[in-house]
Amino acid sequence: MQPNRSKKQFLTRVLAGTLALATFSVAANELDLAAEKGLEIAKEADRRDLGFGDISNNLTMTLRNKYGEASMRSMRTKTLEQEDDGDKSLVIFDNPRDVKGTAFLSFTHKVGSDDQWLYLPALKRVKRISSSNKSGPFMGSEFAYEDIASQEVEKYTYKYLRNETFDGRDHFVLELDPVDPKSGYSIQHIWIDMEEYRAWRTDFYDRKGDLMKTLTVSDYNQYDDKYWRANKMEMVNHQTGKSTVLQYSDWVFGNGFTDRDFTKNSLSRAK
Amino acid sequence: MSSPQLQSNWVGRYADWLIRYRWLVAIGALLLTFLAVSGARFLGFNNDYRAFFSDANPQLQAYEQIQRTYTKNDNILFAIVPKGSEAFSTSALAAVEEMTEKSWLLPYALRVDSITNFQHTIAEEDDLLVQDLVENASGLNTETLASIKSTALADPTLKERLVNSDGSVTGINITFQLPQKSMNETPEAAAAAQALMEEIEAKYDVEVYATGIILLSNAFFEASQSDMSTLVPLMYLVIIAVVFLLVRSVSATFAALLVIIFSMAAGMGLAGFIGVKLTPPSVSAPTIIMTLAVADSIHILVSLFAAMRRGLSKHAAIKESLQLNMGPVFLTSITTAIGFLSMNFSDAPPFHDLGNITAMGVMVAFFLSITLLPALMAILPVKSRVSESKIGRSMDALGDFVISRQRPILLVGVIISLALLVMVPRNEINDDFVGYFDESVEFRADSDYINENLSGIYQLIYSLESGDSNGVSNPEFLAKLDRFTEWMETQPGVRHVNTIGNTFKRLNKNLHGDDPAYYKLPDDQELAAQYLLLYELSLPYGLDLNNQLNVAKSSTQVVVTLDNLKSKELKAVADAGSNWLEKNVGLTAYGVGPAIMFANIAERNMEGMLVGTLVALVLISALIGIALRSVKLGTLSLIPNLLPAGLAFGLWGALVAEVNVAVTMVTGMALGIVVDDTVHFLSKYLRRRRAGYNVEDGLRYAFSSVGVAIVVTSLILIAGFMVLAQSSFGMNSSMAILTAICILMALLADFLLLPILLMKLDAKAYDPAIPSIESKEQDYATQPL
Repeated sequence: MQPNRSKKQFLTRVLAGTLALATFSVAANELDLAAEKGLEIAKEADRRDLGFGDISNNLTMTLRNKYGEASMRSMRTKTLEQEDDGDKSLVIFDNPRDVKGTAFLSFTHKVGSDDQWLYLPALKRVKRISSSNKSGPFMGSEFAYEDIASQEVEKYTYKYLRNETFDGRDHFVLELDPVDPKSGYSIQHIWIDMEEYRAWRTDFYDRKGDLMKTLTVSDYNQYDDKYWRANKMEMVNHQTGKSTVLQYSDWVFGNGFTDRDFTKNSLSRAK
Repeated sequence: MSSPQLQSNWVGRYADWLIRYRWLVAIGALLLTFLAVSGARFLGFNNDYRAFFSDANPQLQAYEQIQRTYTKNDNILFAIVPKGSEAFSTSALAAVEEMTEKSWLLPYALRVDSITNFQHTIAEEDDLLVQDLVENASGLNTETLASIKSTALADPTLKERLVNSDGSVTGINITFQLPQKSMNETPEAAAAAQALMEEIEAKYDVEVYATGIILLSNAFFEASQSDMSTLVPLMYLVIIAVVFLLVRSVSATFAALLVIIFSMAAGMGLAGFIGVKLTPPSVSAPTIIMTLAVADSIHILVSLFAAMRRGLSKHAAIKESLQLNMGPVFLTSITTAIGFLSMNFSDAPPFHDLGNITAMGVMVAFFLSITLLPALMAILPVKSRVSESKIGRSMDALGDFVISRQRPILLVGVIISLALLVMVPRNEINDDFVGYFDESVEFRADSDYINENLSGIYQLIYSLESGDSNGVSNPEFLAKLDRFTEWMETQPGVRHVNTIGNTFKRLNKNLHGDDPAYYKLPDDQELAAQYLLLYELSLPYGLDLNNQLNVAKSSTQVVVTLDNLKSKELKAVADAGSNWLEKNVGLTAYGVGPAIMFANIAERNMEGMLVGTLVALVLISALIGIALRSVKLGTLSLIPNLLPAGLAFGLWGALVAEVNVAVTMVTGMALGIVVDDTVHFLSKYLRRRRAGYNVEDGLRYAFSSVGVAIVVTSLILIAGFMVLAQSSFGMNSSMAILTAICILMALLADFLLLPILLMKLDAKAYDPAIPSIESKEQDYATQPL
């Protein structure tokens, strides 16, 4: 035995261990900080939009494939803010003609699957869609239901990545990780401007981590001196070359909607 | 006898110059060669099966049109075979479930379909339940397993596609969207699929088989590489053996080997410069170039050693050999190049590449045979050995035999020829892309297994247009679709028909409380459209309807899965489908897809190659006519040059009777090769005739002077093509075997038929005034071989 040497070894080990632990905790700490900052930004964006009450608007959807073939759909939407849960929304289809009058009601929930009903005028019945799937394409477009449903803070975990400036605006770039295992995405990157906390761009990464889609948002207007809403959202699928443009118009706030306008029975009346 | 010394022509002056500056010539030729070889850095493999079709190919265009409209059809199909034979057990389903999940992560995967993620719809009062058919497979009880099994086997979209009819094998189909930016995409996807198969096989008690278009492309790619790594080395061995046996000189063998290797490498390098991407057919170019280059070297070396044995000094022998061979070697190289260039008339780009690379390689071989080879022979120490020939004397005997027995030979020859020629129509064209690969190739073995045990490999895709946007919901259109589906299902060889009609029927049933009486098409456009909307709202990630409907919902694609049909039967089904649609429901649609593209490839190529072969024939005959200075013999030479192809096809028809696209190239290519023998034979014959001898003397002289050389070069060529025939890729092997048969037939035709034709048609005495240019021709009479 060489006590001296083994003591030295012991000290070295302790020192190395401490150092490693320190580095690890610094890294972990940085991760925590990024997560904390990300969540803060998301919460702030959500907070700034609180209290809008209700909204109605019109929406046209233009679907294009890689070769420019296009197809249009048009619909009206109504949204009612909920205090303790996700928003309630109603979509009434006007075009194509064969689905005119079809109405889609959804209750988004902060936690768990959303509730969805569809009124089929040709069948004169309301059908509840019992499905945990929400990442499929909405009306055959490049938007998944999860892309356009009300964005609740609780549906993702967050990580602040960096700041980035473009189009004369400074942005936070966040990484969002969907909580729902059925989500079609591994992660999303979102660009939120620092001034008004509006989302301008989102990159969607598929399950294998490849960039799948990019959403570009433009033509923001402010309503009631507070709430920002974009008139144009364009989703481009990089893998298939298909794209979809959502064009909103006729925004009306303060319609005086109540929960009674968003029930299963209200669906057949919603024309 | 030849007296080259008398001709102080430019070849002689060139030979003197070459011998004096032998180092310079050798180094210069090597430098030029290296320059050409350096193009090889631009070579790559093309691993897309579409490489076999030109952009103008109508079947490719129709298919691309469909691929633009719907999701792509590039796929991998896994078959999961549980070792316990029950596919609906917790462990087997767990394997499928895990593999389905992990398949989403394969590079470029766009969509994964299997029995586990099949979107099962059930009605529950006013709810429509949409869920995966199998979830958490390992925890399922016997009852649930039984109900899953009965659902899967009853579903027309699954049965015979993703589960076999007795429920013992299930499938996972992965659709890929390749960005087509890099040549590595296909091998990358294939390698990841292979790794996943191994992972699942290691973890569960199952065997996994795989097929599909991605793996087809990959198999082409692997066939190219394996041909490169097995055939080329084999070819080296053959060459070294042949050259050494013929010249018995280490230094000559070394020099010839350099010429042959550099011809091949330069041909490939030049191919790199012109931007060729290698495919299995063009990968056979090195083997063919090596074969043809051997012949050039042999001609020059054999005369060189013959001259040395006669007592000439090495340098004098080199000069004599060049004077003897420059003309014939140039002529035979040109005719061979023309034969290969005729492949440019084909519709399949890989054959353009094969033709062009080989033509370039052949011309490089000519260049090196008259520069590097004699220069090296001048530099290296060379000893000649005296040996005696018995073959030489047997050639004289053969000549005598043919002359004395012309009637019986002609009679037997005509009878055998006719017997073989009537067999030509027995050849049936069949291009099936699985059958291109022999059983040693994994893709072939797996595809055969899947075809037998799960679902067909061949598919026909029809895109039916309703004419209106959202017209797919129109009940009239749906009725037409339904009638077509029903009719198609009764056609011979059809295993499965995938159509959106089944989805409409299922939804109609679900939305009427799962009442089986409602398992029929909705009779109202709005109802159908609203079902579709409802269904689309409930589908998960990736499992949308884009693979069945276009964006405007004006058209839908019907995918027909078939047995392993022959090209003819496949075309018959495809055409019958189009005709039925036109006649019965007034729709215009054509069955398209890779299978039908390959089924038509031979016919498409035949059209081009008829012209190409004709052009080659005219050019080559004209060249022979000019070289021999005899229109009559140029024309006469057509018979022994064309007949071999006919006889070869006849023999093939009698023995094998199945041909593929590659054989449409054989006639033009073989013509360029076999013509050499005729040129040698006729030129010797003519020389004698023009010297005032009669036809029989001319023939005897031709036999004794070039008979041996013709036999030797034919044997070398046959050996070379037999090496290529070992390819595991059917296009290459059948082309090679047919060419080898062609060369053998040509040898027989030149020795038996040509002399008799000359005796019958060319008996008149010649005007001795005509000078003979072919005095440069090689004199083989004194060569011991």
